Amino acid sequence: MGSSLQPTLIVIPAFNEEESIGAVLDEVRRHLPDTDIVVVSDGSSDGTASIVRQSGFRVVELPLNLGVGGAMRTGFKFALRNGYRSVVQLDADGQHDPTMVPRLVTELSQADIVIGSRFAGSGDYKVRGPRKWAMGFLSWSLSKICHTPLTDTTSGFKALNLRALNVFENNYPAEYLGDTVEALVIAARAKLVVREIPVTMRKRLAGQPSHNGLRSMIQLARALMALFFGLMRPIDTTRGM
Amino acid sequence: MTIWTYLTGILVALVILVTVVQMMRHGRLRERHAIWWLVGGVVILIITIFPATLGFMARLLGVAVPINLSLFLAVGVLALLALQHSSEITSHEKKLRVLTEEVALLKQRLETIESAADSPERTGSSVRTTGAKKPNRRT
Repeated sequence: MGSSLQPTLIVIPAFNEEESIGAVLDEVRRHLPDTDIVVVSDGSSDGTASIVRQSGFRVVELPLNLGVGGAMRTGFKFALRNGYRSVVQLDADGQHDPTMVPRLVTELSQADIVIGSRFAGSGDYKVRGPRKWAMGFLSWSLSKICHTPLTDTTSGFKALNLRALNVFENNYPAEYLGDTVEALVIAARAKLVVREIPVTMRKRLAGQPSHNGLRSMIQLARALMALFFGLMRPIDTTRGM
Repeated sequence: MTIWTYLTGILVALVILVTVVQMMRHGRLRERHAIWWLVGGVVILIITIFPATLGFMARLLGVAVPINLSLFLAVGVLALLALQHSSEITSHEKKLRVLTEEVALLKQRLETIESAADSPERTGSSVRTTGAKKPNRRT
């Protein structure tokens, strides 16, 4: 686990995840008993927050739904105000394997942002068709922008160190795909070092995969827009507001 | 143009102006937003009272049909207003987002402080609610 000099906080953004959040928390507790966790309930209208409280973990309850980006920014603020020096984002749907967290954190000694990639070799996560092309194009362009090979730019499994947290605290895009694609552009502009390591992804415990069929075309368009808007930002906004 | 269409035009301009002023008086329209409507209302009033001014301005600007000048100006002003509103919505959304985040963080802090105050075994120790080393499980 991360050394005590660099306490790590696991931030779990959750929007109406009452079906899976309990199991995810149990699993994290089992594998990472010494790691602090906060769940950011993103305007959930179901029992997500009360399940987290009953499990004895801390929950930050957003009164409105802000999207994953808004939830993560809240998590970053929480981490900085409580003295943590790094954050690992873990999804509430059970896709991310908590046993990979220490590997992400260890890698933070080499980089400011570490992305857990589904496609970099470990595991057997596959996508097809337009979605594959969309992700391929995003990976190619973001690899150029970030000066590092990236294969999974829309992964929500990420670790960030203090430098990255300071850049993102006031400046994390809340728009769709903003928290992944646009955030990477901001990171590159702020001269943060981005690295990717392979992780295994699993089936979701609950809920549907967010994209299929025609939706992937829409996803491609929106991803391109997120990329475009990221590149359009004036440089100074990447240094906080 | 009959006397009735002439008077109707003036009446419409006056209704616009009176409505805007009333809304301002009752605090339903802030001055910075009202200014465009006031300017527009006054311009319409001048043109309806002295229709010749529109023809004069159209000749001055080289617009063949005077009514086209008025439509062009109207579209321009409305487009600028719409842009201003979009921009203000964006800034409001941003402010709302920041407030939402702050409220959520404060609520969590309050919960932590309250639960620390409620549990008797902790009252002796200092209530460090924000320390990173504090274990996050109460059980």
